[in-house]
Amino acid sequence: MAFTINVNGKTQTVDVPGDMPLLWVLRDKLELKGTKFGCGVASCGACTVHIDGAPARSCVTPISSVGAGVVTTIEAVGDSPTGRAVQAAWVEVDVPQCGYCQAGQVMAATALLSTTPKPTDRQIDDAMAGNACRCATYVRIRKAIKTAAGLPTADTREA
Amino acid sequence: MPLDTPFGADNGAPATAPVDASRRTFLKIGAAAGGGLMLSLAACATPTDTDGAATLATAPAAPPAPLEEINAFVAISPTGKIRIMAKNPEIGQGVKTMLPMLIAEELDADWSAVDIEQAMADAALYGTAASGGMQFAGGSRATPSTWLPLRRLGAATRQVLLQAAAQTWGVPVGELTTGPSVVIHAASNRRATYGELATAAAALPAPDDEMMKTVALKDEASFRIIGKSVKQWDTPRIVRGEPMFGIDMVVPGMKYAVFEQCGVWGGKVVSANLDEVKAVPGVVDAFIVRQVGDDLAPLIDGTNLGLLDGVAIVADDWWTAKTAREKVLKVVWDEGASRTDSSAGFDAKAAELAKGAPQSVLNEKGDVAAAMKAAAKTVEASYSYPFLPHATLEPQNCTARINADGTAEFWSTTQLPEPGRGLVAKVLGVEQSAIKIHMIRAGGGFGRRLANDYMAQAAAIAKHSGHPVKLLWTREDDMRHDHYRPGGYHNFKAALDKAGAMTAMTNHFVTFKRGTRPANSAQLSPAEFPAGFIPAHSYGMSMIEFGVPTGPLRAPESNGVCFAYQSFLDEVAHAAGKDPLAFRLELLSAQTEGPAAGGFSAQRMYDVVKLVGERSGWANRTSLPKGTGMGVAFYYSHLGYFAHVAKVKVEPSGQWRVQKVWVVGDIGKHVINPTGAANQAEGSVIDGVGEMLQTITIENGRTKQANFFDMPLIRINQAPDVDVHFHITDNAPTGLGEPALPPAPPAVTNAIFAATGKRIRQLPVVTSSLRWT
Repeated sequence: MAFTINVNGKTQTVDVPGDMPLLWVLRDKLELKGTKFGCGVASCGACTVHIDGAPARSCVTPISSVGAGVVTTIEAVGDSPTGRAVQAAWVEVDVPQCGYCQAGQVMAATALLSTTPKPTDRQIDDAMAGNACRCATYVRIRKAIKTAAGLPTADTREA
Repeated sequence: MPLDTPFGADNGAPATAPVDASRRTFLKIGAAAGGGLMLSLAACATPTDTDGAATLATAPAAPPAPLEEINAFVAISPTGKIRIMAKNPEIGQGVKTMLPMLIAEELDADWSAVDIEQAMADAALYGTAASGGMQFAGGSRATPSTWLPLRRLGAATRQVLLQAAAQTWGVPVGELTTGPSVVIHAASNRRATYGELATAAAALPAPDDEMMKTVALKDEASFRIIGKSVKQWDTPRIVRGEPMFGIDMVVPGMKYAVFEQCGVWGGKVVSANLDEVKAVPGVVDAFIVRQVGDDLAPLIDGTNLGLLDGVAIVADDWWTAKTAREKVLKVVWDEGASRTDSSAGFDAKAAELAKGAPQSVLNEKGDVAAAMKAAAKTVEASYSYPFLPHATLEPQNCTARINADGTAEFWSTTQLPEPGRGLVAKVLGVEQSAIKIHMIRAGGGFGRRLANDYMAQAAAIAKHSGHPVKLLWTREDDMRHDHYRPGGYHNFKAALDKAGAMTAMTNHFVTFKRGTRPANSAQLSPAEFPAGFIPAHSYGMSMIEFGVPTGPLRAPESNGVCFAYQSFLDEVAHAAGKDPLAFRLELLSAQTEGPAAGGFSAQRMYDVVKLVGERSGWANRTSLPKGTGMGVAFYYSHLGYFAHVAKVKVEPSGQWRVQKVWVVGDIGKHVINPTGAANQAEGSVIDGVGEMLQTITIENGRTKQANFFDMPLIRINQAPDVDVHFHITDNAPTGLGEPALPPAPPAVTNAIFAATGKRIRQLPVVTSSLRWT
């Protein structure tokens, strides 16, 4: 059936089954390949998008549940100052290895900084623990979030 | 752009543009080869679509300048842009950035003018001995294999530019020098940029074998690219979500496929309700795919993984194919001989074998029996570790197209393309020369993609369905159809004399068997340390029959063996009443024979162990509060020397966290790209800690785990801070994808012992076993 959704500021209509996850609508119907498939069960965070600014796992979000929610994907996250700062910090800190999870990491980090502009290490852990990085670039993800936030970058969890 | 070029790939150019073969064949240029070839980058790099679906990446602001191809690796535009080909697959190890740095350094290029492009899998162009050998990603081999060849290639390319300038100005080549992307004739105060010389250089013969051998390399002290941190080339595109991974590939008219395989490896399809599946709206086709090759053993062996029986479903979109499989498909399987395999059975068999004598002796030296008899103290312990998956975050996938002319084209995240070419040629029944392979950035490798099973499946599905297809596995497929890191069992005994010196050690290693030999990645090196550093040792081996695929996982063999050996040495040190780090230094000082196997240098290892003790504040560890401890471990693998100290805090509840790991590595005289190198070491350490939480359990011949909820990946809140230091020595540079991993687990378990007195002899770590009061 037809669903009309708002993705990256554009209204789009797709004709798909109602249980098709937003992830596959984005990837295979709207050809927005930046949002990644990792697990299909909201266990890895690779598919993270924003719906009305909040992080959502698009792999378990049926298209029928999106409604009027404003969907933002990695392709447009740089349109916001926070998203742009996060992207710049990711480049500055040279975070990625394979890079596959990083779209989800950038989306999760942007959502964190949008609500918590100066996060503590604990807040970073809580907000980012749902996003797995198989290359384990976690030292740099933490550093990049702090860089984007304008915070000192040392890991303070031990103290 | 041509209709047949996929968008999303940045690597269509070498394949689709008409190319002067003699020029591309870098070292076989003859007098007849002249005339540079104009390549238009615009023909390949603009990611627009001709099939109606384009909402992809940002198009370049202006058409790129045309390029003059100097040779297969280097092309230069009149405006000075320098395109350098990256020859090996990029799986996150950073070679797409690092290998071109080697060329650019000796080319004396202005790095800011460099564009990097991924090469096709093409052995004649990019897999030559002169460019460092086969195109692949594995064994941490890229650095040692290409360190000299790619520098020579860059230097020879520079030489061609010098010749072009010499010819233009009518001066001897010997009077010319270069600066970043410019040739200088100081005597006449003339300068020409590489861009200005590109056309003339492209008209000259490309460098020959002789020039490659004799060309002068830079004084290493003058390097200005090698040794400077260069950020990963693709990062700006990664953080914008541009399509670049295997899963992102799209070709016109493409359909999407899933592939149902038997949970028990080698199981055969007896029947499947194909008609019901085909009736699902959106499903294009459903069919049985048959095993290629009669003998199962090689088809489940690591890098050789082949095509096994399965059922393919092809649909208009992937979700439809996947849903039809889950909700409608029913397959009757003949599961075959290994349906009774189980981890519990393996453990029982290993325990039984450990009671007897080893089936074979791997290495023996000195009088072990006498040393054991004369010992002031003996230490006995058994260690084991489980099967592990690779769990690349990007599930296995491959896009395949059979062309009308009988050729076939693959967009593959393979780490080892040439065996993939052979495999798909066999599946399709065509010559290998009919196969074209685009090497696409992989969302992680870790050894998984050294096997090409998914390519074989995509080939079979594309051929049968008559459509270009993208085969994509589910996470559950990926977890259950891996070639696993094999489990292993080490049964140790050591002898100590009155002074606490280790006089003998034995190990009865129980492992897994394929045919008559240890299975892929299931071996123990006969020279395993401390062999050759103690008066007597004996390593023996017994093997268990099984039917589970195994293969290399990042730092294969080392990733388990190091845990067992470095933990046991820690036990022995404590039994001897010695500081575990000092005990290791003593052992390393006691080499009883010449250079050990694999060129291991005890001195290099001694130095990194000593240094990691200094950097970590090892001497002050006794002042740590109860429940916090430090542990040390070292390992030599993939030509790299690594020693780690881990600091771990264990709560009375048993909850534990690695707070910090100090890493000292010796990978030779240059760290080619320091930021990339540190990233690899940080990731390897945390990956190693993550493996301590993981297991793959076999039950009824199949993998029990399904997804990340029961086979966890380490998360940011569990990840330690990592301090990386490279100790520079006068040795050739070596690779870094793997050697920083093996010492991480034992450094941590040794720290847990220091914190709690509890010795972890079996992985994964069971948190409830670490409670203390």
